[in-house]
Formats: sequence, structure tokens, C-alpha cells
Amino acid sequence: MVLTRTADQKALKLQRQGRLGTYAPSQGHEACQVGAAFGLRAEDWIFPYFRDLGLYLTIGFPLASYFHYWMGNEAGLISPPGLNLYPLSITVAAQIPQATGAGMAANYLKKSLAVLATCGDGATSEGDFHEGLNFAGVFRTPNVFVCYDNQWAISTPRSRQTASATIAQKALAYGIPGIQVDGNDVLAVLAAVGEGLERARKRKGPSFVEAMTYRMGHHTTSDDATRYRDEAEVKTWESRDPLTRFRVYLKGKGVWDEAFERVVTEKASADVEAAVAEAEAKPAGAPEEIFAWTFKELPPRLAGQLAELKEFLREAGR
Amino acid sequence: MMLNMVQALNQALEQEMERDPRVVVLGEDVGVDGGVFRVTEGLYGKFGGERVIDTPLAESGIIGAAIGMTALGLRPVAEIQFMGFIYPAFNQILSHAARLRNRTRGRFPAPLTIRAPYGAGLKALEHHSESTEALFCQIPGLTVVVPSSPAEAKGLLLAAIRADDPVLFLEPSRLYRAEKEDVPEILTELPLRKARIIRDGHDLTVVAWGAMIPAALKAAESAAGSGVSAEILDLRTLSPFDEEAVLASVGRTGRALIVHEAPRQCGLGAELAAVIAEKSLLKLEAPILRVSGPDITIPLPKAENLYYVGAERIARGIRRLMEF
Ligand SMILES: Cc1ncc(C[n+]2csc(CCOP(=O)(O)OP(=O)(O)O)c2C)c(N)n1
Ligand SMILES: [Mg+2]
Repeated sequence: MVLTRTADQKALKLQRQGRLGTYAPSQGHEACQVGAAFGLRAEDWIFPYFRDLGLYLTIGFPLASYFHYWMGNEAGLISPPGLNLYPLSITVAAQIPQATGAGMAANYLKKSLAVLATCGDGATSEGDFHEGLNFAGVFRTPNVFVCYDNQWAISTPRSRQTASATIAQKALAYGIPGIQVDGNDVLAVLAAVGEGLERARKRKGPSFVEAMTYRMGHHTTSDDATRYRDEAEVKTWESRDPLTRFRVYLKGKGVWDEAFERVVTEKASADVEAAVAEAEAKPAGAPEEIFAWTFKELPPRLAGQLAELKEFLREAGR
Repeated sequence: MMLNMVQALNQALEQEMERDPRVVVLGEDVGVDGGVFRVTEGLYGKFGGERVIDTPLAESGIIGAAIGMTALGLRPVAEIQFMGFIYPAFNQILSHAARLRNRTRGRFPAPLTIRAPYGAGLKALEHHSESTEALFCQIPGLTVVVPSSPAEAKGLLLAAIRADDPVLFLEPSRLYRAEKEDVPEILTELPLRKARIIRDGHDLTVVAWGAMIPAALKAAESAAGSGVSAEILDLRTLSPFDEEAVLASVGRTGRALIVHEAPRQCGLGAELAAVIAEKSLLKLEAPILRVSGPDITIPLPKAENLYYVGAERIARGIRRLMEF
């Protein structure tokens, strides 16, 4: 969680310096993201969305790649071998039916594994969300759906997104057990999601977790949240900071002290700096690169267009 | 008044809403926030939440609801936050909005306007830079409009809202704040389905629209330096397009350069080229040439410039056409 917070703040800084593109910050979501990912095993599959930094870090996705993507390179989406991680979805809710399909495939192949998908509260209004959940219920897929209910979808408040008292109850309507948990309590999220993952692996069907949290930052670096929400509301949630909460818990257990915190913080900063350096050292896409992945092999027409582009660049002296 | 395109669109909406109580605005974040590009800024405060409707996050819902509103006589202007997110609503647009006039033999013509920012050049996230206008130009019954300047944007949006057919109004996000222009304060519609010559010339015709227009103008200026006189035709309405204007201009100049940011294959350039070839082949002094994006997914910001069609590429097209 400390690494997530540190990397997130670094990303915001890089964005302001023009070294990283538009960015969707994760502050406030650390417990949801880490808690959702912590119980995953190597054989499980993950279908995340664009606000999932803590999840990426928890499953061991290289931070340098994550930065590389948000710096504006497709190559940053590449999942290292062995990591069953689908590329994050920018189009809201599209990942949900895809995750369900992966669950259907797991059933067909008689594999004991779980498929995790995450989304925001806004995503629960899209048709894809409902179609994906309905399929999961009908086909009893080994899915766990985690909704980070952070109260906002850009400027649209939760109350405007749905007239349901909870989002979890939407799952019930599809025959899927749904629960609401405190999304700023990493252990609560871990317990709820972990239970779902176990159910999935035992092929007992899908489950749904609504993690109540708050988007502490702007929607993205292009957004200005002060236009539509109350500073007082943000303040209320500041006092529920997931990092503070976990620190207090660890202290109570007698396993936290300042020296420990210093070690963790320093390590996080060093890791983040190293990742930034690595990401910035990666080359930007070359003409070949932007054509190469369109089809399995480059069709002749595309090869011609690539040659045309290279000729143009040569003539233009680039 | 000197306005940028965002301000001009905003003014068109505000004035038309004042004039016509049937006009309502709906979409994601269009109300309190005033839209992510601020095109609907101030409308919520002025007209209230019943007329400027912040919807749940659901594009098919937005367009489907807008269609239903037209049944009772409203004139909804629906915003799709980015063109890249319009596809959940494709069914509502293609199979319903565009066909209702035909299916009901004119009783329910669905006169809604769908606004969406589109196109490259802002170094945005995935799905925020594509130009997929051609997908919509093959839909019978759907009018597709793209403005190329603030004044054009105001006049054409008015015409779109007042049109009795559904209109997809695509706003080149690259032009939103690029330039200010003197925009008439009074409400005057510009005609739909009419192209406009924005630069006279006699050696060749450049057919373009939206963000390609300022780029084409720049290219034409540089060509003028080497004695080439390029005419620029702003298509404005992409479907159904002004065939007469295209053929008249190309007939005069004898050369056609078609420019679009979208991929080449089955882009609107293909239809334009076909029409010119079918109807004016013998007037041509050179083959028809297209300058367009390649047939690939538009790259993310770090390599976007490799894709982007700008003045340089258009100037090169002009040279090639003149050297033939
Ligand atoms: C299909 C689609 N429509 C619209 C958008 C634009 N958009 C990006 S994020 C967002 C809000 C998402 O809210 P939520 O699902 O609650 O996730 P959060 O951002 O709060 O994490 C919107 C409207 C999009 N990316 N995809
Ligand atoms: Mg949200």
C-alpha cells in the first residue's frame, strides 16, 4: 500500500512535469486494490480497469511497465510471462463480460482457478456490467467481481448512478452472492474477496464484492473535482485513509514502529525512482512497431503504407 | 465576438435552449461539471437539472432515451463523452435512430442530435483519438456533420438541432481551443449538406473536413510559395455529402486530393474518390490521391505523431499530385 501511494504520487508529479500523460490517480483505493489482489494465485486470471495501480503492484506487475503505459506506450501493457493479467480496460465495464467468458472457459477446461474482475461504481450502469453478471450467474462461472464503490464517476455521484440502496444487491438479482465491505480496510477486502476466490476455485460459482471507498483525487489529471464536490466530503474521507487505518492496526498488534515505517517508505521511494528511470529509458514506438501488431503477419497493403510512412519521415528529415 | 470552438458550441446550445423549450441536453457529466470539455458549461445553472441531465454512465441508455424523448416532441442533444465510447450505443443509432423515419413512414423521425468530440492531436488516453466517422457515414438516414472552425461550429450545431433527421455532430477536439474566431452573436444556421470553398484555387482541389482544414490551409499556403494554387473544399456535412460541390470544384481544377485523419481503407475518401472517378474521370489531369492515416490502430501519445496527418503530409500530397 505504501508502494502504491508512493508510485501514485510520483505519477502525478511526472504528469505535471509533462513526463507522463493523462493519469487516473489511485489515492484512497489502496486497500481495495491491494486487498482484491492479495489472495490471487499464479493460476488465476485478472481483468482490471484503469484505476488499479495497487492491484498491479500486488501481483508483481513491473512498475516500470505501468509507468511506460501511462507515458503513452502500448508496450507498457505487456504482461510478463506467467502473469494471467489482461490489459486494463479504459472503456468502462467492457472487462466484465470478458472476465465471465474466461470463467466459462475455465469451466469448460475443468480448471480449478478463479477469475477476478474489477470496476468502478459508474461501470455498474453500463449494459456490459449487467450482461457479464447475468452470464456469470447463469453459467455459474468461477468469477469474483470487485466494485470499487468510490462514490464518484467523474462528476456523477453514486446517488445519480443508481437508485439501488447498494450495488451488491444488483448481484443478488443475478443469483450471485453479493456483499458490501469497508473498502478502506485492507483486511476486510482481503477476507471478502478471498472467500470469493475460494468459492470460485471449488467451482461453487461467482461472487460479488462492493468495496466502499472514496476517490481522494481528481478523476484524472484532466479533471477538476472542486467543480462538483464538497471539500468537506473529501475531508471526512481523509480521516479514513486506508494507510493510516492499517498502520493503526499494525501498531495495535505491536508489529509496527517508526523504524519499520522508515524502511518501507525508503524502499518504496527507491523502487519508484528505479521504475521511472527504467520506463523513461525505454524507446518510443518506431514506425515498424506501430504497424507490427495489427495482424499476425503484416498484410501487403499495410507493408506498403509502412514504406510510405518511412519515405515521408526520410523526406521530412525525421 | 471572438470565441473558440468550445465557447461557440456553448453559445449555440444556450441560445437555442432559450429559443426552443423542446431542446434538452443529456449525457455523462454534462450538468454540474459542464462537460469534460466544458461545452455545456453554465447550462445546468441556467436551465436546471431537468433540462440539462446528468445521466448514469451508459451510452446505449443515453441514445435510447434521447430517441424516446423525440417521440413526445422533444429535441434532445445527447453528448457522448468521447467518440471512442459511442459504440455501446451503436445499436440505438444504426438500428433505431437512423431507421425510424423509414420504419414509420415519417411519423416518428427521431430528430435528435448526438455530439461527440473526436480525433487525434491531444495526446490523450486510449480510445480518445480515433476518427471513425466513416463507420457512421454508411448508415442510411443518419446525417454526419463535422465543423472546422468556431463560427462554423455554432451555425452547424444550430442546423443540426433544428434538423428533422438524427444528426451525428462530431467535434474535432484538436480544434476546441486551437483558435478564436469572430462568431456572430445572433443565431444563424448554416446549411447542412452544403460544402464550402474556404480557399479558391485553380490547380487542384483539396477535399477535407474538421481538423484537417487548418492543416490543409497551411499546406496550401506553402504550396502557393512554389506557385501552386490549391482550392480547399470543406465538406462540413459528411453524409449525405455535397456531391455537386465536389464535382464542380474538381471539374474546374482537374486534380483531387482527399484528406482525412481516419484510416484509409473504406474511409470517406474512398467514396469521394469513387464518385469523382465515376462522374468526372475525363476531367482529371492526375489520378485521385488520398492523404490519410494508415490502416492501423492510432498509436498512444509517444508515437502518435507517426500517425497524425498534418500540413506536411498534405503539402507532400499536393506536390505529388502536381508532379504527376
Ligand atoms: C464506455 C465508456 N464511457 C465513458 C467513458 C469515460 N469515462 C472514463 S472513466 C469514467 C467514470 C468511471 O467511473 P467509475 O466506473 O465509478 O470508476 P472510477 O473512475 O470512479 O474509478 C467515464 C465516464 C469510458 N471510459 N468508457
Ligand atoms: Mg467511481
